[in-house]
Amino acid sequence: MRALQVALAWIGLRLLRRLPRRRPRPPREPVEAQRRRRAQPPEALSFEAEPHRGSELLVAALLLAAALAAAAFVVFYVVWPDTQLLGLCLGGAVLLAGVACALAGKRVVPQETAAEPYEELHDERAVDDVGAIVREAGEGVSRRRLLAGAAGLAGTTIGVAAAVPLASLGPGVDDRVAGTPWRRGRRVVDGDGRPLRPEQIEPGSAVLAYPEGADRDTLEAPVTLLRLDPDTLDMPAARRAAAPGGVIAYSRICTHAACAVSMYRHPLSPATAPDDALVCPCHFSTFDPRRGGKVVFGPAGRPLPQLPLQVNGDGELVAAGGFIGAVGPTYGGSREQGS
Amino acid sequence: MRRGARRRRLPRRVRVWAALLCGVLAGTLLLGQLASRPAPVAAQDGGGGREGVPGVTSALPRAALLAEGRRLFAAGCSSCHGDDARGIAGAGPSLRGAGAAAADFYLRTGRMPLDAPDDEPRRKESPYSERQIDALVAYVGSFGGPPVPAVRTSRGSLALGFRLFQENCAGCHQVVARGGITTGAWIPGLQQASPVDVAEALAIGPYVMPRFTRLTPVEVAALARYVTWTRQPDDPGGWGIGHIGPVPEGMVAWLLAGAALILTIRLIGERTSE
Repeated sequence: MRALQVALAWIGLRLLRRLPRRRPRPPREPVEAQRRRRAQPPEALSFEAEPHRGSELLVAALLLAAALAAAAFVVFYVVWPDTQLLGLCLGGAVLLAGVACALAGKRVVPQETAAEPYEELHDERAVDDVGAIVREAGEGVSRRRLLAGAAGLAGTTIGVAAAVPLASLGPGVDDRVAGTPWRRGRRVVDGDGRPLRPEQIEPGSAVLAYPEGADRDTLEAPVTLLRLDPDTLDMPAARRAAAPGGVIAYSRICTHAACAVSMYRHPLSPATAPDDALVCPCHFSTFDPRRGGKVVFGPAGRPLPQLPLQVNGDGELVAAGGFIGAVGPTYGGSREQGS
Repeated sequence: MRRGARRRRLPRRVRVWAALLCGVLAGTLLLGQLASRPAPVAAQDGGGGREGVPGVTSALPRAALLAEGRRLFAAGCSSCHGDDARGIAGAGPSLRGAGAAAADFYLRTGRMPLDAPDDEPRRKESPYSERQIDALVAYVGSFGGPPVPAVRTSRGSLALGFRLFQENCAGCHQVVARGGITTGAWIPGLQQASPVDVAEALAIGPYVMPRFTRLTPVEVAALARYVTWTRQPDDPGGWGIGHIGPVPEGMVAWLLAGAALILTIRLIGERTSE
């Protein structure tokens, strides 16, 4: 920490010390000398047009590496969508391409070091001079096809990598939208895998639960169990029947940006405190559990999906089917009418 | 000529800004260092002094204590909770069955008495003395309900406490218990909460907090131990920045990244002027 501070102070001081003074303007060239200089052929301008073969190879290699990293992004996206790897690949591709561009600008493109005070191009001769300079600049680069090819490849693959997440909209790569682990009769278990019974869900407590024996890391798996007074439920009869004894289950995943809806607001004294609500800590979308998960505040556009429950012969809570409503985020401000 | 002059002015400006940025960063680091120096906290374990000493410690005989509690209740609480502690509709809930646990929590943390029934109870200095609180707790406790819980933080594992806190509490109280908001209520930070406060809050669910009745005593002790630990958490990353998470962390990242970017731009964009 101290070393960092000292380093920062040192850099700051150095920057200040190296502040360039405003230099006095060089004396203006006499008009006669200017005219004489312009009359000379363009070859006389100091001009460095030697190709830098080493640098060109390096730039080409960097561009190819960028292309490779972008291609790796595409492959990982389909085969092994680990966000760390994906970030590394795409970030690496952009970084490598950027370094290649910077290097090309510094080393490969010829550096003109002439500081010529030029005036408006009014005569034919001067226009020709400029044309010649531009043409010659191109001659300072050898292996132009290699560089152009590498740049094209890098650009194309980075573009493809940026576009490939669109594939998730279709059914092929990623079918998370459709699948749900909840089936009729599947037992509802707590974090330790023990089946839950309705009487274990006490009023005023929220219990995190999962489908028995299913992958818990999918969006559809986690639900929040609450116990509310059945007489206070303000929802259609079919939905009320899906909450046996007032025990009601909602998806844990916010319909706005898929955060865990981990806040349960339950008033100890309902007369003087806000009413029961499930609240998402990310953007404070607030859902009313008594009215079918209706959005009462915040950016969420859809109600929280309810999981219909029933009690099996052993007195355990089981799912009575899949969710009512789609689980998961909805971006783009879409709103569902009613609830 | 004019072009040349303009060209040089830009680096000058950039340098002034970069130097300024470096100065600001160095200053911030210095401040952060000063701020993150451990503040003197009374005790590492069970700090508030309330650990494993449930119930009434007053020397008064029980009858006198109850009489004192009744007098204080009539004077300070009955306007909302009613003379008979059965509550007044729209003002205060019934305290029959609330128990000594609820009375102890609300009174000892200064959350009660409230100025107005609709206010959100917040932790503050209690207007009552320890002895008066003992009397009120005994009086409210005499209507039945859960007693003040006993907590032995030494029985709880910090690792288990952290896991349970993450699962059950961090959604509202933030992972290092710095508090925050929910719609319609503030959520307190827990650095001042004693282990007994934690156990009481889990049992009664004060204000809009849900109850956590499925936790075993060992789990409650673990949670209380973790909450105590958050007063002075270890900072494996180096710099806590108030322990309030991604916003200040992001700001630091942006400032550092911004400085690095400006220097990089300066390097890339430098022109040879001679």
